Amino acid sequence: MLPELGHFALILALLLAGLQAFFGIFGPMFGRERWTSAVPPAVAGQFVMVATAVGCLAASFIGDDFSVRYVAANSNSALPIFYRVSALWGAHEGSLLLWILLLAAWTVAVSIGAARLPRRFAARVLGVLGLVSFGFLLFTLATSNPFLRLDPPAGDGADLNPILQDPALAVHPPILYTGYVGFAVAFAFACAAMLEGRLDQEWARWTRPWTTTAWAFLTCGIALGSFWAYYELGWGGFWFWDPVENASFMPWLVGTALVHSLAVTDKRGLFKSWTLLLAILAFSLSMLGTFLVRSGVLVSVHSFAADPARGIFILAFLVLMIGGALSLYAWRAPLLKSSAGFELGARESLLLFNNVLLVTAAATVFAGTLAPLVSDALKLGTLSVGAPYFNPTFMLSMLPLMALLPLGIHSSWKRGRLSDKQRTLLMTLALAVVFALGLAFGIYSHGQVLTPVGAALGAWIILASLVDPLDRWRRGLSLSRAVLGMSIAHIGIGLAVIALTTVQSFTLERDVALAPGAGTAAGGYEFRFEGVAPIEGPNYDGVGGTIVVTRGGAPVAVLKPQKRQYWVQHQLTTETAIHMSRGNNLLVALGDDLGAGRWSVRIQIRPLVSLIWLAALIMAIGGAVASSDRRYRPARAVQEAAAASAVGEQAT
Amino acid sequence: MNRFVLPMAVFVPLVVILAIGIRHAPEKDIIASPLVGKPAPSFSLPDLADASRAVRSTDLKGRWYLFNVWGTWCGGCRAEHDTLLEIQRAGVLPVVGLDWKDDDTEARAWLQQLGNPYEVVAVDHAGRAAIDWGVYGAPETFLVNPQGIVVYKVVGSLTHDVWTREILPRVPRQPFPGS
Amino acid sequence: MKHPAAVAILGVLAALAPALPALAVDPTQMPTPELQAHYLALTHEFRCMQCQNEALADSPVSLAADLRAEVRDMLLAGKSDAEVRAFMVARYGDFILFRPRFTARTAWLWLAPWVLLLIGAIVLTRVVRARRALLDQDFEPVDEDARP
Repeated sequence: MLPELGHFALILALLLAGLQAFFGIFGPMFGRERWTSAVPPAVAGQFVMVATAVGCLAASFIGDDFSVRYVAANSNSALPIFYRVSALWGAHEGSLLLWILLLAAWTVAVSIGAARLPRRFAARVLGVLGLVSFGFLLFTLATSNPFLRLDPPAGDGADLNPILQDPALAVHPPILYTGYVGFAVAFAFACAAMLEGRLDQEWARWTRPWTTTAWAFLTCGIALGSFWAYYELGWGGFWFWDPVENASFMPWLVGTALVHSLAVTDKRGLFKSWTLLLAILAFSLSMLGTFLVRSGVLVSVHSFAADPARGIFILAFLVLMIGGALSLYAWRAPLLKSSAGFELGARESLLLFNNVLLVTAAATVFAGTLAPLVSDALKLGTLSVGAPYFNPTFMLSMLPLMALLPLGIHSSWKRGRLSDKQRTLLMTLALAVVFALGLAFGIYSHGQVLTPVGAALGAWIILASLVDPLDRWRRGLSLSRAVLGMSIAHIGIGLAVIALTTVQSFTLERDVALAPGAGTAAGGYEFRFEGVAPIEGPNYDGVGGTIVVTRGGAPVAVLKPQKRQYWVQHQLTTETAIHMSRGNNLLVALGDDLGAGRWSVRIQIRPLVSLIWLAALIMAIGGAVASSDRRYRPARAVQEAAAASAVGEQAT
Repeated sequence: MNRFVLPMAVFVPLVVILAIGIRHAPEKDIIASPLVGKPAPSFSLPDLADASRAVRSTDLKGRWYLFNVWGTWCGGCRAEHDTLLEIQRAGVLPVVGLDWKDDDTEARAWLQQLGNPYEVVAVDHAGRAAIDWGVYGAPETFLVNPQGIVVYKVVGSLTHDVWTREILPRVPRQPFPGS
Repeated sequence: MKHPAAVAILGVLAALAPALPALAVDPTQMPTPELQAHYLALTHEFRCMQCQNEALADSPVSLAADLRAEVRDMLLAGKSDAEVRAFMVARYGDFILFRPRFTARTAWLWLAPWVLLLIGAIVLTRVVRARRALLDQDFEPVDEDARP
């Protein structure tokens, strides 16, 4: 009964989304006030229906209803309750439903926040969001219905893929999707502006907090996925340039460019068509990511079960949404020219450099990700592209960008000359270089050419970001949240650069065969293998090893890596054991049983690797702080609108 | 050209490529073999029926044959076994087996139980011969001509359809010794 | 057989089934550190043909173990990195390399980042020039404290 209710709720949601889209777009277009007013109730109704559907599916999971095909395929009676809930988004159909739920939630948020927007504009934004919802709901109902029944019902489920039975991976999709879906909001704002034929600084001010918040979520989502890969997959790797990882990274790069472009449009009314295009591009890349993961066109560890029929549907949806938006762009963007000027060393100029480099980086990742597809389609042979391509080409755009960042932070609008800030910049650079050399040759005794360069850039960025906030605090001046958030986010980037440089340069990896009692030394630590013992869990059993770690004889940690065999899917997973010591991550994993008690063991020492994810978190916090600035709040907006109309020109 | 039309101009070919990608998607796991058109690798491996005898690639020269890589652990091999027996009965060309990473006793029992479609079976425990053939999964089947050149490769279970559509047309009819 | 394509895929998948992202630990030790470095570099350069996006060094499947042994034996026999690569590509095609070779067919991919940067540089030059020229006619005041 519950699944049928859920199914019915989805159908109603589809209808409501359709109404939301229709009234939202055509109401303002034809001046029909009744239609425009019908949009917020449609939004609320759609959300309630989607939430109902999700609730029904969740109840089916928790209640072990194996007559539902999706539940039978992804759950099991022995599965802990926490994972029964997260199994909801463990496969294609359910993850789509999660996407739809988050989109509905964002739409409700926009609807509430739209109180301060002109009604017709707000209706357009919600209308475009309704179109996206409609498309996804139609796709779900037509090709990926999670409520299909099994007749006769399965005795027990096929269990959730064991590698997904992990807390980090359980929350990774909701957070990641919140980011992905959030870019739909920026897209909707862009389309609404194009439909209205008007894009000004006020529009940019409305769009900024939504975009920055979505960006912050996406940052966390990507970091969480990377963190999970590190401690779960057992190789100690945290980024593989896998197509699906790239599918989330490209929108992030473009989203970063968008956040910065919006700043310029907000402050100076410039880069309007750039900003529009970036907003369309960010969401297009999100959609493309959806396509790549579910259509089976690319080889990836992450792909959902491939189904070309679904691929065709998503492709058609992509063509309609993106093609429509790009057509609007070609039609409206030419009207958006502005005649403001700026110097080469001014902030606008540096942010333009920023945008170009970020888009180039995204385009490079795009080329590498789609190269196998392109090569195959154009009959150029089967191609495989991995880290040896992505790493150097990505750095090609990123190194100049990191070098320009400190300059950008200290640049001034319009007529700003960098020579004014020469002293500050050179002093911070000098300090950064000292730090970098100390890191490369003092703390760690070996390194490559790029090590001091990377460390210096990261340190320079951090120091440059600290100058202004510290100076204002010292002088007792107030610091707006927008500036504070910006500084925090940039410090995050600097930390990430230092962490990545250190990890890439100084990682130690050792694979050894050890008998019980035997050991090995690496990186100043001694690792002694104490043998394995059987272990058992709620739905698995296996062996657990014990490795005693000491440094110069003094005890550091006792690590217990495991190899688990899950009962239902018979899958063997490796659970690594990780310990943080003096900024180093010690990672130990069990390999194979070599007989007679001997095991192959992987030992990895990765300095500062946890800093990478901490840095990402700091970036996200910076974004959140910046979004909460008072100038984006309703009361201030009303004040400013009054001031603007009094003076006759924009006061921002 | 109006620079605002540029994004659309980039989007259209991309869509075309993605559409082609969808059409090719089911075959993306099947890597084209670089061996097609090249000489078949030479090998000398023990015979499954009698370990003291060797199966040599040189002995196979001068006639068409199918080189089938299989193992008792492989589900797809079980699935294609009937087709292999059918090919044997057709008598057009012999099937030479490569028992890959398998246990000899189990392999003999399997052939006893299910029928032996092979003229002879070479045993590859270490997997080196398979690597020379570019084998990356089982079952795989190679069509080799009398000059010793690999003409066609089938990845996955050999089906009646593939046999009649792809392999038979490539082999000129010739009598098979022992038919 | 009703769906030959499906059965063919099943056959391949049956072989692929063990290729789940589990760990392979490779305790192979080469006689010299230099050879060890070559061995590690090479086994990380080749794709595991039965897996989805794993390197030979990290893959637990038996084919990967066989191929690693092949790399080891070739290095011990004194072959160079290039010869090992040629060996692999001759048997498995370009797909086994994570780093696409620079050939006429892949040139577009390797040149793409440079071309993109060039385009970016051109765009930047044109825009900045145009905007600097506009400065002379621009009398709009900008609130300095209102950053970012």
